[in-house]
Amino acid sequence: GARMFLRLLSDVRWRATHPKWRSVTCSQQSTSSTAEPQPVPLPAQAQVVICGGGITGTSVAYHLSKMGWKDIVLLEQGRLAAGTTRFCAGIVSTARHVSVELKMADYSNKLYQQLEQETGVKTGYVKTGSVSLAQTQDRLISLKRIASSLNVMGIPCEIITPKQVAQLHPLINIHDLVGAMYVPEDALVSSANVSLALATAASRNGVQIHERTSVSHVTVQKGRVSGVETDRGQIQCEYFVNCAGQWAYELGHSGEEPVNIPLHACEHFYLLTHPLKEPLASNVPTIVDPDGRIYIRNWQGGILSGGFEKNPKPLFTEGRNQLEIQNLQEDWDHFEPLLSALLRRMPDLEALQIMQLVNCPESFTPDMRCIMGESPTVQGYFVLAGMNSAGISYGGGAGKYLAEWMVNGYPSENVWPLDLKRFGTLQSSRTFLRHRVMEVMPLMCDLKVPRWDFQTGRQLRTSPLYDRLDAQGARWMEKHGFERVKYFVPPGKDLLDLDQSKTFYKPDWFDIVGSEVKCCKEAVCVIDMSSFTKFEISSTGDQALESLQYLFSNDLDVPVGHVVHTGMLNEKGGYENDCSIARLSKRSFFMISPTDQQVHCWAWLKSRLPDDSNLTLEDVTWKYTALNLIGPRAVDVLSELSYAPMTAEHFPSLFCKEMSVGYANGIRVMSITHTGEPGFVLYIPIEYALHVYNEVMNMGQKYGIRNAGYYALRSLRIEKFFAFWGQDLDAFTTPMECGREFQVKLEKGTQFLGQEALLEQKQNGVYKRFTMFILEDHDTDMDLWPWWGEPIFRNGRYVGKTTSSAYSYTLERHVCLGFVHHFDEKTGEELVVTTDFINQGEYEIDIAGQRFQAKAKLYPFSSLFTHRRRKDEVELSGYQRE
Amino acid sequence: FYLTPPQVNSILKANEYSFKVPEFDGKNVSSVLGFDSNQLPANAPIEDRRSAATCLQTRGMLLGVFDGHAGCACAQAVSERLFYYIAVSLLPHETLLEIENAVESGRALLPILQWHKHPNDYFSKEASKLYFNSLRTYWQELIDLNSGETTDVKEALINAFKRLDNDISLEAQVGDPNSFLNYLVLRVAFSGATACVAHVDGVDLHVANTGDSRAMLGVQEEDGSWSAVNLSYDHNAQNEHEVERVKMEHPKSEEKSLVKQDRLLGLLMPFRAFGDVKFKWSIELQKRVVESGPDQLNDNEYTKFIPPNYHTPPYLTAEPEVIYHKLRPQDKFLVLATDGLWETMHRQDVVRIVGEYLTGVHHQQPIALGGYKVTLGQMHGLLTERRARISSVFEDQNAATHLIRHAVGNNEFGTVDHERLSKMLSLPEELARMYRDDITIIVVQFNSHVI
Repeated sequence: GARMFLRLLSDVRWRATHPKWRSVTCSQQSTSSTAEPQPVPLPAQAQVVICGGGITGTSVAYHLSKMGWKDIVLLEQGRLAAGTTRFCAGIVSTARHVSVELKMADYSNKLYQQLEQETGVKTGYVKTGSVSLAQTQDRLISLKRIASSLNVMGIPCEIITPKQVAQLHPLINIHDLVGAMYVPEDALVSSANVSLALATAASRNGVQIHERTSVSHVTVQKGRVSGVETDRGQIQCEYFVNCAGQWAYELGHSGEEPVNIPLHACEHFYLLTHPLKEPLASNVPTIVDPDGRIYIRNWQGGILSGGFEKNPKPLFTEGRNQLEIQNLQEDWDHFEPLLSALLRRMPDLEALQIMQLVNCPESFTPDMRCIMGESPTVQGYFVLAGMNSAGISYGGGAGKYLAEWMVNGYPSENVWPLDLKRFGTLQSSRTFLRHRVMEVMPLMCDLKVPRWDFQTGRQLRTSPLYDRLDAQGARWMEKHGFERVKYFVPPGKDLLDLDQSKTFYKPDWFDIVGSEVKCCKEAVCVIDMSSFTKFEISSTGDQALESLQYLFSNDLDVPVGHVVHTGMLNEKGGYENDCSIARLSKRSFFMISPTDQQVHCWAWLKSRLPDDSNLTLEDVTWKYTALNLIGPRAVDVLSELSYAPMTAEHFPSLFCKEMSVGYANGIRVMSITHTGEPGFVLYIPIEYALHVYNEVMNMGQKYGIRNAGYYALRSLRIEKFFAFWGQDLDAFTTPMECGREFQVKLEKGTQFLGQEALLEQKQNGVYKRFTMFILEDHDTDMDLWPWWGEPIFRNGRYVGKTTSSAYSYTLERHVCLGFVHHFDEKTGEELVVTTDFINQGEYEIDIAGQRFQAKAKLYPFSSLFTHRRRKDEVELSGYQRE
Repeated sequence: FYLTPPQVNSILKANEYSFKVPEFDGKNVSSVLGFDSNQLPANAPIEDRRSAATCLQTRGMLLGVFDGHAGCACAQAVSERLFYYIAVSLLPHETLLEIENAVESGRALLPILQWHKHPNDYFSKEASKLYFNSLRTYWQELIDLNSGETTDVKEALINAFKRLDNDISLEAQVGDPNSFLNYLVLRVAFSGATACVAHVDGVDLHVANTGDSRAMLGVQEEDGSWSAVNLSYDHNAQNEHEVERVKMEHPKSEEKSLVKQDRLLGLLMPFRAFGDVKFKWSIELQKRVVESGPDQLNDNEYTKFIPPNYHTPPYLTAEPEVIYHKLRPQDKFLVLATDGLWETMHRQDVVRIVGEYLTGVHHQQPIALGGYKVTLGQMHGLLTERRARISSVFEDQNAATHLIRHAVGNNEFGTVDHERLSKMLSLPEELARMYRDDITIIVVQFNSHVI
């Protein structure tokens, strides 16, 4: 069945017109498809070997060769663009939620548009535009949020009425619609031909392409890629790029040094029809009906329509070979709900004759975002895969970012949301992947409301207190596989169900979190923060200190027992990590980082610490349970439990001491709370966790102690203007840009990474500035809540986006954090952002198209926080992370 | 009072059982793929029984349903014992000798049957010794009688039925020193049970029936439709041949009193049955046994009561009618069920529902376009129809359960009505029997690849 389609969709003219790279694999005289091509021998070595001749592989080859790398070999096990790339629907859509994805899609669109002119290969590019329909008000809000993002990026986009929808498409039924979003620049392409065009251009730039060559595994020497083994011999190489699509997982695991690439294939169906009696115009817009879970595009005068069903069919869990793709069955019964949705949307199609139901497997990832970057375990091993059925939309941009990453050492955008290192080993379980992608695929169409959590693959990493907390009404979310408490539902109040918290407005937990915050402010709360990444670095001599002084911007040569907040910066001064480091002894340090830093930070340190057997780096995350005691009465609880004075004179802020709590010994107590509130974090060897927790709760009773969760913590840290790595801070943000100059010791006497960049910034000023916004005319009960990614307007002009937000129970206002840029009014060029520039503007935050006045601040409200505080200046300046 | 769908399901599925014949080398070489069985009580306790077993010393599989009356003791005993009698009747002389020698010398016995039992299908431990001794006497006689001829299945079935009924009768006459056992054998003999047993060996299917349970063959016609073929005759007043037979066996003077109100002697619905010695023994024998029996028996009005016009016993026999059928590729399944099913559903509906269930769940062919011209609307209609069919099947993993769901819950349109189902299943114990009878069903699926 699929074979007919192959002929129909693929334009094979490139062979005749552009024989140049074809000749690499195929002798000139045997161009007929039946003759076996004479394979050209593989080169013995190359700088880069790319595995996979689909859209991602060819895009990486194209961009690498454009950037000047020429010694590249691309290997494809079958034929170029013959896998998912050939079968996919060919829709280029920029309507994306995540900013970096949006940029990739926008770049792809512009790239494909000029590709035919550049290469001479017909790509079938047609600018049709796309219309995303909303059947509900919530869906319309979701579309409006995307529209806001698109508009500030200069991508034309408008929210339109159902009537306008009817004018754009002749067949559409609009009776159940409340609105829609129209993106006129979205396009259709023949995806296989785009891929072939990229290959052609790459080939002209010197990239060697070999078809029918499969990579069996990658060889590794001393933690670096040394070559690839193929069924046609070996190639030595410095870099390997895994673009094997749905086979990337298997390929990653085939070598002796496994590279974990968490993705899993699902069957994906779409329908092709014969042309309509009155064939559709070639530029009729593509319709996306997320509430009906379908998309509908023009296809040769008929339609192509597929979707993302609620009950996906995962496949290849045990791993298979490519031959099976061609043999996948059509499954009409499975397609029935989507067909119903199609006929409901376009009832006139009833009489249209079916041509084929295509089964085209797509690979999905555990968090719906694609996977790119370098392996944390094997240097020179790069990956670009797991496109979540948006390979065409992202392919161009993703290939560009990966090529930049390889050539320059970093991409030109913050790609942390896509970085392979966001995953840990837990995501390598086939069972996990199978279950998770069955949840992810339907999510492609589900409404994305703030704070949704995955339901599958849960309860894997848990604190020893999990059951205790759960029994007390804990509601959980997951980070990096670790269960963390959102908040505690008080007894008798468990009427809250999941659906009610799925809202763009005020959520049902508002009062619950409010009372937890109040307790943190007035008494004391306990938050289990065991998920944080914890490393110990120690040495026999001064190696640990010397290395850390180079890798971190703050001065770590502090007296034993001190805790230092510091960034782990890259050459450009950007935050690779933001952490707290305690000096345990002269020669050993204890380092606390965000939960999702476990893989990234480890890889960063491992590759940069000297190869010295006297210097050890150990991941001790699993060894300690962390309890955060927040609030003015934390002092009292802890001193009663330890019979040790805990007041500021004896235990100043930013201090660390091993002590006993209850019967348990060896508890690391630190006077930080990650919120700016007074209190302590207890790092407890796990076997004492339950004991210490019970002691704390019992003793705390008379001080009004209660459990609290991360939502309370979040509200506290945001109203205190504390930035959070991974959300507010990233590799493109320097301490200078977020008011943390004091955490940088430019004069500490030793060189450190990023020093030069920071010195330069110090002299020349910064081009963006982390700013706090307090919403003025926002009604918490009635208005849409901010989330993150909302555009910021200064004097009516777009200046940047928010990165996080929370309701401040103290200010009784919403607080948004975000970056303000200064774009030249005429040229759009980025200018230096000064304090005056920030302070002299009138600000508005755009939430789903509605603008709210906001007051900008560069420093937190110290006057509001007038509790008994020790060393206010230290604590307030101690920006920490969630 | 209203049962939710999960509650309904838990009631319907409480007794369901499935057996799949194990595959060898990825292939099932047996003519039987497996069977689904289930029962739904109306009496408390249920008086129906079911049995299924594979013969280990000969080939073939035995499946049977047993409908008890006047208590469940007889049906229970028959369900435990009958298959042993059949298996022994089928054994060749050498095997019988081997078994006898093993018993004689205290060696381990060759296993004769492999049972396929639901956990609720129990065997009485107390009587096993007694039952074993009777069985041993039977095979000893078979050894002595060695005819040298190969065993005919039909004859073996008839012999086994008759012999077991005879043993039941004798055991009650002789009694047992153990008072519990003594009471048990009397209860077995004074209650009754019908039996409908199928023996499948390759393409040879024998059904031996005594009473009004029924065996129905599901045949798929070339056009895919289903038709029902009877493989048993009901032994009751509706069967003219049966009425004729009974009349032939007794003097003309009794002709009018033999069958009254469609019942034997105006009392018994089935015209053939195990036990029921009140219709088999002479009046003297009945009186002697009841009087010398335990008090419980003596105080029981039913056992003391002598049927009216009781002149020339026996009036009742356990001898089965045996029908042979050679399986054909179009024979897809066999339904064995007690009359509780057949009185609520027409045989044609039974076969259609099971047929559609089995093909729907296990073999519903995926739709392939082929070269046909199909419009989106036509396809949509076809898919909606298939979906509706599957959704009613979807809840059940067991054909027998699916059949019971229909038998109890069908509305006038022949589709399952949840409200009706809920009402029927939530009837109090004392009312249930007025609206429905015990239902016991076994659905045997045949292997078309072998047949």
